[in-house]
Amino acid sequence: MLRYATWKIVSILAMTVFAALIIAPSLLSPQSREALIAHLPRWIPVRSIVLGLDLQGGSHVVLEVDAPSVTKTLIENLRDSVRRILREEKIAITGGIGVLPRGVQLRVPDATERAKVMPKLRQLATAAGSGLPDGSRVPAFDVTESDNGLIQFTVTEAGVNAKVRRAVEQSIEVLRRRVDALGTTEPNIQRQGDDRIVVEVPGLQDTSKLKEILGTTAKLEFRLVAEPGADSSEFEQLDDQERPGAKLPVEKRVMVQGEDLVDASPGFDSRTQEPIVNFRFNIRGGQKFGEVTSENVGRPFAIVLDGKVISAPRILSPITGGAGQISGRFSVEQANNLAILLRAGALPAKLTIVEERTVGPGLGQDSIDAGKRAAYVGAGLVAFYMLITYGVFGVFANIALLVHIAFIFAGLIMLGATLTLPGIAGIVLTIGMAVDSNVLIYERIREEAHLGRSIISALDAGFNRAFATIVDSNVTMFVAAAILYFLGSGPVRGFAVSLALGILTTIVTAVTMTRMMITLWYRYRRPTKLPI
Amino acid sequence: MKLLRLAPENTKFPFMRFRRVSYPFSAVLSIVSVVLFLSVGMNFGIDFSGGTLIELRAKSGTADLAALRAAAEHMNVGDVEVQGFGAPSDVTLRFGLQPGGDAAQEVAVSRVKSAIGDGYDVRRTEVVGPRVSGELVQSGTLGVVISILAVLCYLWFRFEWQFAVGAIIATMHDLLLTVGFFALTRLEFNTTSIAAILTIVGYSLNETVVVLDRIREMMRKYRRMPTDQLIDVSVNAVLPRTIMTATTVFLALFALVVFGGQVIRSFSIAMIWGIFVATYSSVFICSPMLIYLGLRSDAVGAAPEPSGKLAKTSA
Repeated sequence: MLRYATWKIVSILAMTVFAALIIAPSLLSPQSREALIAHLPRWIPVRSIVLGLDLQGGSHVVLEVDAPSVTKTLIENLRDSVRRILREEKIAITGGIGVLPRGVQLRVPDATERAKVMPKLRQLATAAGSGLPDGSRVPAFDVTESDNGLIQFTVTEAGVNAKVRRAVEQSIEVLRRRVDALGTTEPNIQRQGDDRIVVEVPGLQDTSKLKEILGTTAKLEFRLVAEPGADSSEFEQLDDQERPGAKLPVEKRVMVQGEDLVDASPGFDSRTQEPIVNFRFNIRGGQKFGEVTSENVGRPFAIVLDGKVISAPRILSPITGGAGQISGRFSVEQANNLAILLRAGALPAKLTIVEERTVGPGLGQDSIDAGKRAAYVGAGLVAFYMLITYGVFGVFANIALLVHIAFIFAGLIMLGATLTLPGIAGIVLTIGMAVDSNVLIYERIREEAHLGRSIISALDAGFNRAFATIVDSNVTMFVAAAILYFLGSGPVRGFAVSLALGILTTIVTAVTMTRMMITLWYRYRRPTKLPI
Repeated sequence: MKLLRLAPENTKFPFMRFRRVSYPFSAVLSIVSVVLFLSVGMNFGIDFSGGTLIELRAKSGTADLAALRAAAEHMNVGDVEVQGFGAPSDVTLRFGLQPGGDAAQEVAVSRVKSAIGDGYDVRRTEVVGPRVSGELVQSGTLGVVISILAVLCYLWFRFEWQFAVGAIIATMHDLLLTVGFFALTRLEFNTTSIAAILTIVGYSLNETVVVLDRIREMMRKYRRMPTDQLIDVSVNAVLPRTIMTATTVFLALFALVVFGGQVIRSFSIAMIWGIFVATYSSVFICSPMLIYLGLRSDAVGAAPEPSGKLAKTSA
C-alpha cells in the first residue's frame, strides 16, 4: 500500500491535464475559441463539444427510399431491354411482354429461337443488377424457362435491396448538394439502416423549405451547349460545376431526359487506362441520343442535374448503340461521383418523410440551462454527502469525481460524440454511480478495520477485495449500456455513450486515483486512526 | 469531525426470514403490474404510438388551454390532447396518426400550425410516422431482452448458475414493477423511457452482483454455515454500502427531477422508482432465491480444503 510507483502517479496526473486541455476550448466563448485556433499551430486540433439538435435547436428529418417504386423502375427498364434484344435478334413472341407485379414474362414458342435468345436474356438479368465493390454483380432477376416456351423474370430480394442501397447512396449525394445550397451551418446527412437517410440541419427552424427540397426528385437532362451567336432566347446561363463560379450557356431545349438513362458506372478505358464513366440508355433514350450525337459531332453536350451543369463532354463520334462512355481526364473519385450523380437522375428514387423533429433555439437553450443546473445541484449534493460521510476520504472521492466528469467530457469530445439532453441525464446519473466504487472501497476498509486489522492492512484489503466487486458490477452495467448503444437511436445513443464512458472512467478515477491519493496521504500523515 | 452514518454498524437483521412476507408481497405487486399493463396499458408517447407532438409557448406568458382546446375541435386532425407542460406559458398538443400514410402527417401539422395563430411560438415539433414507431417498439423490446440474456451469460460465467438465475428473476421483477409503475402513474412512455428501463436493469444487476459477490466470498470463508444464515451475514455486511449508494444515486436523480426540465422528467422519476425496487429486490428477492435454488456452500468450486464432506451444510 505504501509503495506507489512514481510512473503511475505521473501518468494519472498527465491524463488529468490532458483531459483538462481537451475540455478547455469548450469552456471558452465562441469568439475566444476562434482567437485560440488562430494563434495555435495547425497541428493542434481544437475541438469543442458537439451539441445535439435537442440542445442547439434545429431540424432532424428521416427520409425513406420507397422500395416499391424502385422495384417498379427496375421492372420497366428490364421490359425495355428485353424488347430491344428481341428486336435485335428478330425473335417472334406470342402475346407480347407481360409486366407482372414482381417481374416480366414472355412466351417464345419456338425451341430453337428460345435456345438462341436465352443466354442473352440471362445476361440481361445479371446486367440489370448492381455492381459490388469486388467487381461481381448481384443479379436483379431470377430467370425461369419452361417447356411450353414461357420465360419468366422474377425480381430477387437481394437485387431490390442492392438497388435500394444504391438509391440511398445517390439520394444522399443529391440531398447534400441541395442542402448545402441552403447555406446553413454543417448539415449532417447520413444513411440509417438499409433504406433510410437522416438529414440534420442545426439552427433551421422553418422546415417547410427543407422538406420541399428534400421531397423533389432529382432532375437530369442532356442539353447541348449553345454555340456562339445563338439567339439569347434559346439558351440560359447555368452554373458549371466543373469550374466553380463559371457559367455555361446551355440550350433550353432538352434533348434527352434523365429518365431514359438506365445505368451509369465508373470504369477504365481499355486502351488508355484512364478513369471513365460508362452509361447506358433505354430504347427511347438510345435512339434520341444517337440522333443528337450524329448531328452534333464536335459540340459539347451538357449534362444538367437540378439546373446545374455537372459535366459537358464533347461529342467525339455518334453514339448510336444506346451505350457510351464519358472521358475527360477524371480522377477515379471524380468518375465515381459523376456516375453517382448520373444514376441519381437515372433512377430518381422517391423519398418519403417518415420522421421529423424540430427544436426551437429557445427550447434548446432552456434544456442546456436545465441540464447544467441539474448537473451542478446533483454533483453538489453527492459531493456534500460524501464529505459528511467519509470526511477526508470523501474529499479524495470528490476530487476523483471531478476528474471523472472531466474524463467523460474529454471522451465525448475525442470521440466526436454529440451531447444530447439524455446524454446530460446519463452524466448526472454516472455522478451518482461513480461514487459507488468509492463507497464499496471505503465500506470495505471500515469492515476490515473492525475485524481488527491495522490501518495499512485494512486499507490494502479494502482496495483489493472491493476491486473484484467493482469490476463485476461495472461490467454488467457496461453490457447494458453497450446494448443500448447498438439498438437505440439518436437521443438514446447519446445516453448510452455517456453512461458507457462514465463506467470506463470510473475504474481509473474511483479506484486508481483514490488509491493514489490515499497512499500519498498515508505516507505524509502517518495516521494512527482511520478517519472513516 | 463527526461523520454521518446512515446505516447502523454491525447489523444482524434476519433478512432471510422476511422472504415469507416479501415473496407473496412481490408476487402480488407483479400480478397487479401485469394486470395494469394489460387493462389500463401504458401512456405511449408518439415515439411508439406514432403521431405528432407540438410544443408551444404563449407569447403573452400564460397559455389559454381552454381556447386551444376549443380551437383543436376545428383542426380536423382527430382528437387533440392539449396539456400544460411545466411553466404556465407552455403547452403541448398531441394528436394521433392521420389516415393516408406519411405525407398526410405533414399536411396535418401545417393545418394545426396555421390554426394556432400568432399568439404562440412553436418550440418543438415531432412527427413520427407509422412505420418508424413500430420499429422503435421492436428495437426497444429487443434491447431489453438481449441485455438481460447477455448479462445472464456473464453471471453464469463468473458465478454459479444459481446466482445467474437469482439475478435474472430479481431483474424481471424490477422490470415488471417498473412497467406497472408506468401504467399506474400514466407517465409518458417514450424512447427515453426505454433508456430508463435499461438503466434500471443495469442498476438492478449492479446491486445484485454486489450482494452476490459477498455471498460467494462468505461461502468460501464459512463453509459450514447454513445457507440462510450465510446470506444474512453477507447482506448485513454490504448493507451500509447499499444504503450509501442508493442515497447518492437518489440525490443525483433528485436534482434531475427538480432541475433537469420537463423533457427528461419522466426518465428521472422512473429511475428513482427503479433504484428503490432494485435495492429491495437485491436483498429480498434475489438472495432468498438462492435458498430455494438449493445453493450450498460446497457448490462453490475450487475448494481450498481437501475434503468436500467437511464442507457440507446442514440446511
